[in-house]
Amino acid sequence: MGIKSIETKYMEERDELFRKLKNVSRRDFVKLAAISAGAAAAKGLLPPQSFQLVNVAHADEAKPRFSFAYISDTHLYTRQLNDRFVRAILRSVDDVNALSPQPDFVIFGGDLAQLGARAELELGAQILKSVKAPVKMMVGEHDWFLDMGDVWKSLFGPTQYSWDHKGVHFVTLMSVQEKDFWTARKMTPAQRMQTVAGLDNGTQSRFEVGPAGRDWLKNDLAKVDTKTPLVVFSHSPLYKYYHDWNFWTDDAEEVQQILSRFETVTVIHGHTHQLVSNRIGNISFHGMLSTAWPWPYAPTGLPKLTVQMNRADPFSLADGCGDGRFDVGASGAGLVDSIYNLWDRNPVTVKASYLVSNGTKDVPPATKLVSY
Amino acid sequence: MRIHARLSIVAIAVLAGGSVALADDKAAPKHNLPTSPNGDLVVGLCDGTTSTTVRGKKPGEQLTPAEAKKISDELMAEWKRKNPATGASWDRETLVAQNTPQPGGNRTDTAAHGAGTPGPAGAQPSTGTAKANMATTTQRAQDGHTYGAFTTRDEQIWRASTQAFVDEGNRIFHDAKAVGGTIAVSCDMCHPNAANTHPETYPKYQVQLGRVAMLRDMINWCIENPARGKPLPDDDPKLKAMEAYIYAQRRGVALEYGKH
Repeated sequence: MGIKSIETKYMEERDELFRKLKNVSRRDFVKLAAISAGAAAAKGLLPPQSFQLVNVAHADEAKPRFSFAYISDTHLYTRQLNDRFVRAILRSVDDVNALSPQPDFVIFGGDLAQLGARAELELGAQILKSVKAPVKMMVGEHDWFLDMGDVWKSLFGPTQYSWDHKGVHFVTLMSVQEKDFWTARKMTPAQRMQTVAGLDNGTQSRFEVGPAGRDWLKNDLAKVDTKTPLVVFSHSPLYKYYHDWNFWTDDAEEVQQILSRFETVTVIHGHTHQLVSNRIGNISFHGMLSTAWPWPYAPTGLPKLTVQMNRADPFSLADGCGDGRFDVGASGAGLVDSIYNLWDRNPVTVKASYLVSNGTKDVPPATKLVSY
Repeated sequence: MRIHARLSIVAIAVLAGGSVALADDKAAPKHNLPTSPNGDLVVGLCDGTTSTTVRGKKPGEQLTPAEAKKISDELMAEWKRKNPATGASWDRETLVAQNTPQPGGNRTDTAAHGAGTPGPAGAQPSTGTAKANMATTTQRAQDGHTYGAFTTRDEQIWRASTQAFVDEGNRIFHDAKAVGGTIAVSCDMCHPNAANTHPETYPKYQVQLGRVAMLRDMINWCIENPARGKPLPDDDPKLKAMEAYIYAQRRGVALEYGKH
């Protein structure tokens, strides 16, 4: 039959489904569609797709206590310079606003801007205003190193803060501090920003929460009971994945040490632009997707619990990108399932039970196309 | 010798083309040579500022090789006087060559082979050379053959030249403007250290293009689509440099053309 494009295959699959449905009475179809839409929503299939009916058999999901959504790593330039990344964040805002039920809040995972410019950050702030649920902001290195956070802070407030929600203690950290590499090199702020913006630019320092940030965290957690489920947001992964791309937090061990006395800890991070999962001690880690572009998996250091997302189709500018949702308590009190809403693909769920069981339970679907 | 040879070429170019040293390069800055009161020939150095007057020779007259060498020596001496700290490091290859120990002879009896500074991609001697070295200890090498009679210094110069080409590719790969993009998207934004470019898998049938593609076709696809620029001609030096950079990141990876 020759070679078919991805689009052709998709349309054929869809036509096949509709052809089969013709054999079902209208009354039965309406009933079936309603059940399947509910099941699909519970599984995070968004927006509803024609072939959600296929998944009816798995409709016995435990209901989460609550959920929150995320948008991350939008890397905005101004609209005049680059409309592509602007359209991508708008798509994720639509996704999040279409969630039913609505998430309790939306965490923004950092790197709102590409080069930390006021116009970029203001554009992002303006777009995020159309998110219906409350938005919690986290800072990334692309937002920071032009003016060391001045504009970001004026728009969004403090970089480290915490709050309690339905029995869970949430903490947002600023994990992308870097030791001064710019003064000795007599860099301008723009040069400093450009250096940090280059993932493979080895001139910069490694990310860290830093002593002041860690002291703040210790102090914040001092008043929290160790039985309280803890969810920590950081832009960089709070572990050491790959040094050369700053998939890395230099003082990760110290931060993990502070978190280790809590019974249930989940760290949710941005920066890596990929499906990435890890478990260290009693801490589960979930990475967030970017709306702008996917990063390749690093050549070494990938946590062994990570089931790679299929490599991105270079011919589809949205593939490998997306947003997502976290379900709290779906598989245990305070535990967090991560639903990766990969655009133009079926979503992938990485359950808390998969990480807690060290990969023996609820294994995510296998990778079909591993990275080269 | 090398320096003199180069300067002679530059000097001749000046003689042939009048005051414009490089007629085919419109971007080259113009070196405005002073005029001689006697109408004698003035020869400029490639630094764009130094010049010397050739007494008794008028523009258009032929110079003997000895006269040309004398002029280039004068110009070089003047340049060195103006740049005492730089020494002879005006040329990367020369610098490498001068810092390379010369145990003498060609590479098959060179103990210090590979002693130079390795580039980012590593510059260890290949196993092939190591075997060749071993062979000389047990067996007399074939001789009387000028091809391959190069020295460690030659190898260092070639390595530096190759690295310079790779570095140029690195620069273009990391510069949205240099690849001709219009939306400030550079190659490294999706491909840090050229990751996920898998040059070893080409040529291969690229389903989305409906034909067999080479690495350069995919580079051009990325320039045209994610970066929204104009595709480069197949023989564009920028395209070649980017290929050099991408291949240089995959040292030791097995070629697997056609792999998906």
